[in-house]
Amino acid sequence: MATDWQALDRGPVIPGGTSVGYRTGDWRQERPVLDLQRCVHCMLCWLYCPDSAIRAAGGRVVDIDYDHCKGCGVCAAVCPPRARAIRMVPEGVP
Amino acid sequence: MTAPRRMGLTGNEAVALAWKQLRPHVVAAYPITPATQIVERFSEYVAQGEVDTEFVPAESEHSALSACVGAAAAGARVLTATASQGLALMHEVLYIASGLRLPIVMNVANRALSAPINIHGDHSDTMGSRDAGWVQIYARNVQDAYDRTLLAVWVAERARLPVMVCLDGFTLTHSLEPVEVYPDEAVREFVGEAPPDGYTLLGGEPITVGPLALPDSYMEFRRALAAAMERVPRVLEEGVRAFRQQFGRKLPALVEARGTEDADVALVIMGSYADSAEQAALRGRVRGQRAGLVRVVTFRPFPAAALRETLAGARDVVVLERADTLSGLGGPLGVEVRAALYGLPQAPRVTDVIFGLGGRELRDAELDALLQGELPGGVVYLGVEGAHVLEPA
Repeated sequence: MATDWQALDRGPVIPGGTSVGYRTGDWRQERPVLDLQRCVHCMLCWLYCPDSAIRAAGGRVVDIDYDHCKGCGVCAAVCPPRARAIRMVPEGVP
Repeated sequence: MTAPRRMGLTGNEAVALAWKQLRPHVVAAYPITPATQIVERFSEYVAQGEVDTEFVPAESEHSALSACVGAAAAGARVLTATASQGLALMHEVLYIASGLRLPIVMNVANRALSAPINIHGDHSDTMGSRDAGWVQIYARNVQDAYDRTLLAVWVAERARLPVMVCLDGFTLTHSLEPVEVYPDEAVREFVGEAPPDGYTLLGGEPITVGPLALPDSYMEFRRALAAAMERVPRVLEEGVRAFRQQFGRKLPALVEARGTEDADVALVIMGSYADSAEQAALRGRVRGQRAGLVRVVTFRPFPAAALRETLAGARDVVVLERADTLSGLGGPLGVEVRAALYGLPQAPRVTDVIFGLGGRELRDAELDALLQGELPGGVVYLGVEGAHVLEPA
């Protein structure tokens, strides 16, 4: 953002919803990989994901939003043991 | 305007009454030891239905100021009060309130900080907050504390900065003085219903208040905050004009000077001991010494230009203050007065006198002895048992 300070007298207030455009996914060390063959669509990962990065439609998990997933691994941890539909895989060194 | 009512009030009671007249939307507070009765008295007004304020009894001072931040971001008029350790516990949130440009007004009953535990009056608490981006105003007496609490709301909401109105613990908070109280309607007319230019977190359009600002933008936000503080003297001047028009009382905006035009020795002080200092200067005049007084009313932003103007002709400046920086340079007021005078041709010699820590009384005889003796320059701990002059480093 190249804004002169003179234009910032209102303070740090910006329109709502701008975090959509902020790609937090590039911080990730490990990526969750979803196996839809194993998924039972219990929606626990969707519920627990702190970044709303599990995309769902019609009550079913669709895929993972890698632009915003920070790789915390909560989805893999809450995935039921008998399903184990999400694995964490190292991103590798960029 | 109908005439003001003359009432006997302590500083705590006068501030609580000012709050009732200001009709804040939200007050959030927590009574950490040592608490003062401002909030206690105000909570009685709320309980009795005399004021329609959302009163939030928080679980700590940190949470209390956090609640104030949220309410102010929603466009509310917000007041709080604290003292000593409570202000210290708010420290983190002070910077958030100013950084977000929220017009919160906080009364601080100035009291010493632990350790050792003390509870009595000095300026250690608010001096620890001096660089937090809050306007700081120090009251001289109970009337002044009442007046400046009303004025602070006007100033905060126009400067869009938080304001601390500081009143000395015990010497003002617990002392009963005659106070002229303005009619409720007059106060109402002065400040209006709500901040005129507030945030609208609860408005129709969603907004983000306080987003992440990384190295590409943080510095611009901080520079804008500094500029907002630079504009405060002008807002204060407008504020005291509006105040005089509304209530008929003339308040000094930045500094209050008495007898400094021809003074050889000028005393500089903040807060309630200005009365003692003014009397000492008058006794000096009687002895044939040309002495004057400057009371710093507004400490943040620092009134450097006004001090240069009033102090330039003096041979000696004696700063009297109730806090220490523990830096080897003396107290914060002394450090900043020296900085303001630096570079003046024939700048006055500055003696920084630290007195009254933890509520120790300032005796007239001590002040007289100081003014009649050879002023040493440097830093003096007045009234301390043992050697009282700080050796230069």
